[in-house]
Amino acid sequence: MTTYTSYTVGDPIADTKAPDGPIAERWSRRRFEAKLVNPSNRRKHTVIVVGTGLAGGSAGATLAEQGYRVVQFCYQDSPRRAHSIAAQGGINAAKNYRNDGDSVHRLFYDTVKGGDFRARESNVHRLAEASVEIIDQCVAQGVPFAREYGGLLDTRSFGGVQVSRTFYARGQTGQQLLLGAYQALSRQIEAGNVEMHARTEMLDLIVVDGRARGIVARDLVTGQISVHLADAVVLASGGYGNVFYLSTNAKNSNASAIWRAHRRGAYFGNPCFTQIHPTCIPRSGDHQSKLTLMSESLRNDGRIWVPKAKADTRSPDQIPEAERDYYLERIYPSFGNLVPRDIASRAAKVVCDDGHGVGPGGQGVYLDFGDAIARMGRDKVAEKYGNLFEMYERITAEDPYSRPMRIYPAVHYTMGGLWVDYDLSTTVPGLFAIGEANFSDHGANRLGASALMQGLADGYFVLPATLNDYLARASHDAVEPDHPAVAEAVADVEDRLNLLLAIDGDRTPDSFHRELGELLWDECGMARSEAGLHKALDRIPELREEFWRRVKVPGTGAELNQSLEKANRISDYLELAELMCLDALHRSESCGGHFRVESQAADGEAVRDDKDFSYVAAWEFTGSGSAPVLHKEALDFEYVHPTQRSYA
Amino acid sequence: MTAATHGTTSTSTMKLTLRIWRQHSPEDGGSMVTYQIEGVSPDMSFLEMLDVLNEDLILRGEEPVAFDHDCREGICGACGMVINGRAHGPERTTTCQLHMRQFSDGDTIDIEPWRAAAFPVVKDLVVDRSALDRVIQAGGYITAPTGSAPEAHATAVPKEAADFAFEHAECIGCGACVAACPNGSAMLFTSAKVNHLNVLPQGAPEREGRVLDMVAAMDEEGFGGCTNSGECTIACPKGIPLQSIADMNREFFRAATKRRR
Ligand SMILES: Cc1cc2nc3c(=O)[nH]c(=O)nc-3n(C[C@H](O)[C@H](O)[C@H](O)COP(=O)(O)OP(=O)(O)OC[C@H]3O[C@@H](n4cnc5c(N)ncnc54)[C@H](O)[C@@H]3O)c2cc1C
Ligand code: SF4
Ligand code: FES
Repeated sequence: MTTYTSYTVGDPIADTKAPDGPIAERWSRRRFEAKLVNPSNRRKHTVIVVGTGLAGGSAGATLAEQGYRVVQFCYQDSPRRAHSIAAQGGINAAKNYRNDGDSVHRLFYDTVKGGDFRARESNVHRLAEASVEIIDQCVAQGVPFAREYGGLLDTRSFGGVQVSRTFYARGQTGQQLLLGAYQALSRQIEAGNVEMHARTEMLDLIVVDGRARGIVARDLVTGQISVHLADAVVLASGGYGNVFYLSTNAKNSNASAIWRAHRRGAYFGNPCFTQIHPTCIPRSGDHQSKLTLMSESLRNDGRIWVPKAKADTRSPDQIPEAERDYYLERIYPSFGNLVPRDIASRAAKVVCDDGHGVGPGGQGVYLDFGDAIARMGRDKVAEKYGNLFEMYERITAEDPYSRPMRIYPAVHYTMGGLWVDYDLSTTVPGLFAIGEANFSDHGANRLGASALMQGLADGYFVLPATLNDYLARASHDAVEPDHPAVAEAVADVEDRLNLLLAIDGDRTPDSFHRELGELLWDECGMARSEAGLHKALDRIPELREEFWRRVKVPGTGAELNQSLEKANRISDYLELAELMCLDALHRSESCGGHFRVESQAADGEAVRDDKDFSYVAAWEFTGSGSAPVLHKEALDFEYVHPTQRSYA
Repeated sequence: MTAATHGTTSTSTMKLTLRIWRQHSPEDGGSMVTYQIEGVSPDMSFLEMLDVLNEDLILRGEEPVAFDHDCREGICGACGMVINGRAHGPERTTTCQLHMRQFSDGDTIDIEPWRAAAFPVVKDLVVDRSALDRVIQAGGYITAPTGSAPEAHATAVPKEAADFAFEHAECIGCGACVAACPNGSAMLFTSAKVNHLNVLPQGAPEREGRVLDMVAAMDEEGFGGCTNSGECTIACPKGIPLQSIADMNREFFRAATKRRR
């Protein structure tokens, strides 16, 4: 048997379908060249959309408005509850309402640089272009963005940029944007254009003659397995940060939809690119079930520091100014507390590992609003951040108005995901991936307030144009429900569920998930080493084998069974985790959120290796536990010349 | 606790008696079942306490308690239980944001699902709240097909109107208002959406139809009428004010009169 570390290198990815010519004209050109489906024929096409977050919600509503028949899924009891609802801080757009020198080009530049030169230029430029229209669309839907006294929209700054381009709705921007998309979707459900299946989970992809033609799903209430056939399938199922068990993601966010698609032929892009967010509430004990983000917007006014002395147990108000180390301001004077997330997280880890951390286990740094309160007054601070302060106090029983917050980095977002071309098509024709589910436009590090922008750009504007083209070009003979490919996918799903129920072992699903999560956090988290990754790659197959021997899932498959749902998702994490570690091992450079301890400068800064690694790693599945094939998509930078990122 | 830099993490744990509604399926009768639980940390959230119970039940070969949850941050609206007779429990927050420091060692805690005619029980603490989605589908939106939007700054929105809209748009659709209401009414939920959209210039063209259709849908779904008991707003984790209902009634009469004319 080949080991998982001995992957093979296959053909490079030759064509990403990005048009050439001047970058600012590429998207218009692609749209112009796209074939259109005659409006009267659209109703004859069925499109499946998995997910109702910002990406799926906006795509489902828009496709239905265009006249397609949409069949949509989410695992929650209502499409309004998708994980996007939890996004706090804001959404970027190059409106330049502040007249502070912002432009589409600057947003493009910031995003390529912020991603540490591991994203595709054409895509990022398109994203920056679409950002402007997104704000218009959301305002028209009634999204209550923050406004100035004159009635115009307010903005704020986020990490990694020097302009104020982040639009927000207090600390609930994701909620308000998602409700806008959900309401648009609701209108289409009422009109009969969207057939909505809530509490229904996609468990496999149906591929017929090389094309994605449907999905197998399970009704989470009755356990009923059903087949849904279509002309195209869109995955908008979100990110896979929950592979780490503890993350800021919603508890049931999972990788199953994209992982099953990967198993059916869709390449997986940059699986090791994970974002660890610098400002989360530290864990309080072993019972911890998830971690709570404190929005990056807090870094606009909060100052981050640790005591200069090691293991200083004095209360923060007893530590005089001269004995505090505002380490971000010290090391990065021009960006200060607003450096990109990967840099802020790593700096926190360094000071804590060095013995300066505060709180339980020394796993925390202070985020202090003392100066902000003195400068703006308590009321102004409360108006800007009140709900976040309340949430912090409810969780920690500490009052952030009088005592600095304690924060620590936590897993937050996955830049990796299904590989897609410029049209957002995966390597399986007819299967598209949008939002956090794709490997996206963020390279090796996502800037704050850019995920909401990307999800909505994909769903409202990009996918509807490119899907149109796909549907217009391909011919779609109906797939018979008794086609062997359908039967095979159904049998796979049923066998797997039955096996999970039959093991009747002695360990709970969660116990495996926690163990896997800890292993990944230690070896494939904020700092990754060759030895550590080898250790993880040795351990994961053992854990997987143990899982399939010892997991205990009570109840039956013909009812609401939350243990079965969990176990099924964990079985996918146990495969995905291995690919993440392999990807991290093969990429021996440091870039963005991927920090290889072997690739750093004398001062501890990450060292990127453009000569050997200026590519997207797209992995092809060859079987569970068997060595995958690596396909490289070379990255060309024509407009933003790669430099070592500097925020000093 | 006075621990200096060590936050308020406490080491003392609690022993509790839980009486939980167990109901296998919608057709089942269901009953309260008693469980003992030890080692509960005050820093745990209420749902983490139930996680611990469930881990234990699985190992004992029993079925864990089913409950809805997802974000565990008080924003998705998925969670919701009646705790000691109060929707979302003793604090004005969501069940997932309730922490065990609100309880004391030796307490007995009753845990039941939302109870309302329009919310049938699915299993244990899980109920079917899809009726709320259908109320939104009846008119809780502004018609603005993708691509048709004018430039965002074309219409200024006075800050007061924007703030008023936002405060009503904060509703998370959890259904606690319905569960708390003696009549199982969804007036607070419905009014929150009507007021969010009707105050905005963008929402004006559909203003009348919106309130009439949403109220009609609410009645059709089997939600009860409002008798001004005010329980809804006390239970609401997002602080949607009772005034919201009065505001919607005004919108309703305005629309009904206009339509009659
Ligand atoms: C706490 C927090 C705060 C954030 N704040 C910001 C911010 O301020 N700005 C910003 O830009 N980004 C932010 N992000 C990131 C951003 O919220 C997400 O990246 C984005 O919302 C993802 O949207 P999505 O539509 O791709 O997926 P999601 O919103 O995760 O939606 C996934 C959907 O897929 C469905 N689904 C998943 N699997 C299946 C399946 N197998 N079958 C059926 N349905 C399935 C789910 O039910 C859900 O409807 C934040 C993230 C977190 C965790
Ligand atoms: S009005 Fe309040 S209680 Fe009712 S659904 Fe909305 S948030 Fe929940
Ligand atoms: S789990 Fe989302 S509000 Fe409680």
